[in-house]
Amino acid sequence: MTDPIRDEWYPVAMVSQLHREDRDTLLLGEAIHVTLRDGQPMVTASSRVLPSQARYGHVWTSLGAPARPLFDIPEADQPGRRLVDVGLVRVKCSPLRAVENFLDIAHFPFVHTDILGAEPHTEVGRYDVAIRDEVDEVWATKVQFYQPQAAKSAAGGITTEYMYRVPAPTVSVLYKTCPPRPDEWDVITLFVQPLTETLCEVWPWMALFDDTTSLTDLIHFQQTIFLQDRSILENQQPSLLPLDPGLEIPTRADLTSVAYRRWLKRRGYSYGAQLVAA
Amino acid sequence: MILYDYVLSPDCYKVRLLASLVGARLDLRAVDFHPGGEHRSAPFLRINPAGTIPILQDGDLLLTESAAILTYVAASHGPDWLGDDTPVMRGRVAQWLAFGHRLSASIGKARTHDMLQKPADIDACRKAGVAALRELEAALVEARLRGEAFLAGNRPTLADIACFPHAMLAPDGGISTDPYPTIRLWTRSLRALPRFIEMPGIHRLHELKPEPTGSSQ
Repeated sequence: MTDPIRDEWYPVAMVSQLHREDRDTLLLGEAIHVTLRDGQPMVTASSRVLPSQARYGHVWTSLGAPARPLFDIPEADQPGRRLVDVGLVRVKCSPLRAVENFLDIAHFPFVHTDILGAEPHTEVGRYDVAIRDEVDEVWATKVQFYQPQAAKSAAGGITTEYMYRVPAPTVSVLYKTCPPRPDEWDVITLFVQPLTETLCEVWPWMALFDDTTSLTDLIHFQQTIFLQDRSILENQQPSLLPLDPGLEIPTRADLTSVAYRRWLKRRGYSYGAQLVAA
Repeated sequence: MILYDYVLSPDCYKVRLLASLVGARLDLRAVDFHPGGEHRSAPFLRINPAGTIPILQDGDLLLTESAAILTYVAASHGPDWLGDDTPVMRGRVAQWLAFGHRLSASIGKARTHDMLQKPADIDACRKAGVAALRELEAALVEARLRGEAFLAGNRPTLADIACFPHAMLAPDGGISTDPYPTIRLWTRSLRALPRFIEMPGIHRLHELKPEPTGSSQ
């Protein structure tokens, strides 16, 4: 029997930090220990050894028996990209709220003012959203938005094109216009570790074409963006993400969020969610 | 002037904010505080054995204490921010510059604990943070009763810069600022200053809603 929550892969540590110290943390409310054994990650819960793997700079594990392999980000292996571990940020919110916020474009001018958006350029144009059955992922494409400073490598305002992808319930992958390489996409991800239903640790990670910006500046750019979101996430009500319509009224700009919630419900993924409108 | 800087540090932000307010140019050197822990690395400890940021370097001068850095930036680029040369105002500015350290050691530590999982005795930090905010609120109420809107007198000085960021960011460390209306009013006046700059968690003032015009009913 499969368990839609326990059988998922979750990020639980940054590989580079395990060289310095082990990590004791929580996954879905259960205490786990993460360490390196002969250079390979080892994750234990009580005395049970959990399945684990190192990928995209992080350690992934599961409390159950994962039926599918970890989702693929082919760009991670593309030569010339810089892989950036942005580091953990703890947020007192549902892990699903953290993912959903990442999928939202409409908040850019108000929360990331003069970086990812600016008034009066607040309109979110039409874009396409689909639940791709063949891969069982949520995709939003043809998202366009005017941005004053879309990336550290962007010199001025540009209209940025985005694609959003949710390959796992607590993971979001964003593809966006790459200012120095117009034929490629920059990849920015949010890997979310659910500690409990209302507490999570977020591990942003990036695979970028940018040969000029220092690694620290790239980290600081992404931390600035994410920390602008944090206080808002901690104040969202209700704290559990409602999967049924009724409590919150979506607009056209929220199509990705609507698809995400529908997809979670279809998969029976209810951790951090509420199923009946309060 | 070179500032060794971290975007999420309130103490670094104080220096960036003051520099912007007085029109001083800073050459920023980003320090990988998190997740890299660069401030504790050997090359960095040679610059500042205390392993802290901000650090300000100007020619041969190297300053590693926030209060000293703020004093130097004001003295060299905006002496008005030092306050008037009267015993009372000098005393008050020095008092709140020192108080800024108490805020860093309480609210600041609670914040890096809750946000970045840095070690701290979280209950003790929050308790000390609440005590400091109560003291700040009381001082601002008394200032208002004297007819003054800022900590050291009737205009903003280093005293305000030293205390403002932590007072704004307290909720990041699980410390509510809801009980302190006078602090809120004061942070609003500071955010309204010309050339004010933001940091994550400290937003600019968005324009107030326009006054309703006409009425149909």
